[in-house]
Amino acid sequence: MAADLRARLGQAELPNPILTASGCAGSGRELAQFFDVSKIGAVVTKSVMLAPRAGRPTPRMAETPSGMLNSIGLQGPGIEAFLQRDLPWLLSRGARAVVSIAGGTVDEFAELAGRLSDAAGVSAIEVNISCPNVEDRGQVFACDPGAASTVIDAVRRRARYDIPVFAKLSPDVTDIVAIARACVAAGADGLSLINTMLGMVIDVDTMRPVLAGLTGGLSGPAIRPVAVRCIWQVREALPDVPIIGMGGVRTGKDALELILAGAALVSVGTTIFHDPSACIRIVRELEEELTQRGVERLSDAVGLAHEPSAAARRRLTGTTGVGRTS
Amino acid sequence: MSHGDIEGEAGPVQVRGTVLTVRRVDAYHAMTIVAPGVAARFKPGQFVALAVGGPVTPMLLRRAFSIHDVRPDHGGTVEIVFAANGSGTQWLAERRARDVLDVAGPLGRPFPVPRDPVSCLLVGGGYGSAALFSLAGRLRERRCSVDFLLGAASGDRVFGALTARRTGRTATITTEDGSLGSRGVVTDMMGQIIHEARTDVIYACGPMGMLRQVTSLARRYDIPVQVAVEEKMACGIGVCMTCVLPVTGSDGITRMVRSCVDGPVFRGEQVRWDDVGTIPFDCFGAPGWEPRSRRAAGLSGTARPARGR
Repeated sequence: MAADLRARLGQAELPNPILTASGCAGSGRELAQFFDVSKIGAVVTKSVMLAPRAGRPTPRMAETPSGMLNSIGLQGPGIEAFLQRDLPWLLSRGARAVVSIAGGTVDEFAELAGRLSDAAGVSAIEVNISCPNVEDRGQVFACDPGAASTVIDAVRRRARYDIPVFAKLSPDVTDIVAIARACVAAGADGLSLINTMLGMVIDVDTMRPVLAGLTGGLSGPAIRPVAVRCIWQVREALPDVPIIGMGGVRTGKDALELILAGAALVSVGTTIFHDPSACIRIVRELEEELTQRGVERLSDAVGLAHEPSAAARRRLTGTTGVGRTS
Repeated sequence: MSHGDIEGEAGPVQVRGTVLTVRRVDAYHAMTIVAPGVAARFKPGQFVALAVGGPVTPMLLRRAFSIHDVRPDHGGTVEIVFAANGSGTQWLAERRARDVLDVAGPLGRPFPVPRDPVSCLLVGGGYGSAALFSLAGRLRERRCSVDFLLGAASGDRVFGALTARRTGRTATITTEDGSLGSRGVVTDMMGQIIHEARTDVIYACGPMGMLRQVTSLARRYDIPVQVAVEEKMACGIGVCMTCVLPVTGSDGITRMVRSCVDGPVFRGEQVRWDDVGTIPFDCFGAPGWEPRSRRAAGLSGTARPARGR
């Protein structure tokens, strides 16, 4: 029998745990040319801000081994256009919408949460406090537990009670668990791990940085081990907090790796650029991977790598319901 | 055509294409791929985005190539022309018949074609001219006359000189080293051709510097010009936001638009050539930018450059 892929996002049930990663799928419209966006767990939108934003100059992109650097700088039409055009479109297609928000100030985040709460149909808010492509490093709220918790607290207060709030964290910190704890203490219902890592590429012919913005965010399979490590550490410290895992997922096997580390949901990002129908393919592959391993329910595999091997094996064969070791 | 209708048209498809032939054409490679669905939907000016490097490739980004030609044989083939000057294009050049490629296309907005039988000048730089021959066919169907003006650094980098001579009313070639045609660049010859051919509309495809010069000359003669830009892309389908350039819409507002889905074809005079690679201070959403009318701005998030004739 095929594994049961159903997953939870707050009180809602998703048909499967595969989401798009913010910034890699627009608002779903372009990908809908290649697959039915209602068939994946949810579409996580490109981060929306209060005002329209032109982003950073070009070149905005550099290919790196098994990855890429991007320096888009949060280009987007702003919340007004998003609410009038993009969100209704997603809902009309039967897709579930997780809306990523970004802001330069705590008030901007709070205002965005308020605007989204007034609109119908938002499945969750992902708070992007970790975009590396901002002028001021001080705006990367996820680099500081105090700043991170201030933003999350403000968003949680303004967001409608039944909309789950996920904090998206940066791997570019000394202790991601400290940031995760601060966000959860401030009211985050879940955590999204991980955003891109800050990187740089220099063209040896022009002898200048390739990106106009000089630095950019590194994504793709190159950072998957970092994602697995971050998810593992946070799951170990906060076993009851739902995690959306992302970072270099290319196949169903990769998704399973993040799930075993502790992710309840998995976002697919850079791989979409390589394969526009990647999300729906990964849903299929994940189902096969779980079925092959005799895992009946997706939820049985979440965080399984933390359990001693004997317990994990017993749990899979269904002889006992071993609890988590924490 | 409005952006909101992308799924209403014959949109792109993603297919497993089979390589039919790869051959050297002077300094370039021409590859024919059996890609059913792509060929059937194609309009001149559109492109394909190919995954390179095989299933576990470290090269994640798709490579975009304008479509040179499509044919109905084998269920539909597309031909691309490229220079193997990077690791992805080198890999492509090493493909052989029956190899399988992941092909997405046709992508982007095609060249608009005139309703009336007018005099058209088609300007190509390097392998950029590959995109012009299917357009020429389409124009001739509309009883337009077609003059070609092709240029490159050297003779082996002029793509399609023979075809241009065979199928164009006239064909003018320029090379920077003088090894083929006249020595110089395409814009040296444009004025003369415009006079002699009484050019009504110009189409151009090639490097950004050339497109900028062609546009500037077309403006001097007050002739509409349609350009197909070559910007670096990661996805080709409109989600990565890396291929943007500043384009002024028919509403007079400049926006950073995606050359993959809002282009690659633009009206030349609407591209802010001097500002490519920057965010102009008056661009929609630039730092400190203020909407003239908050509501109007919110309703038009992506640029819709008006179409030419």
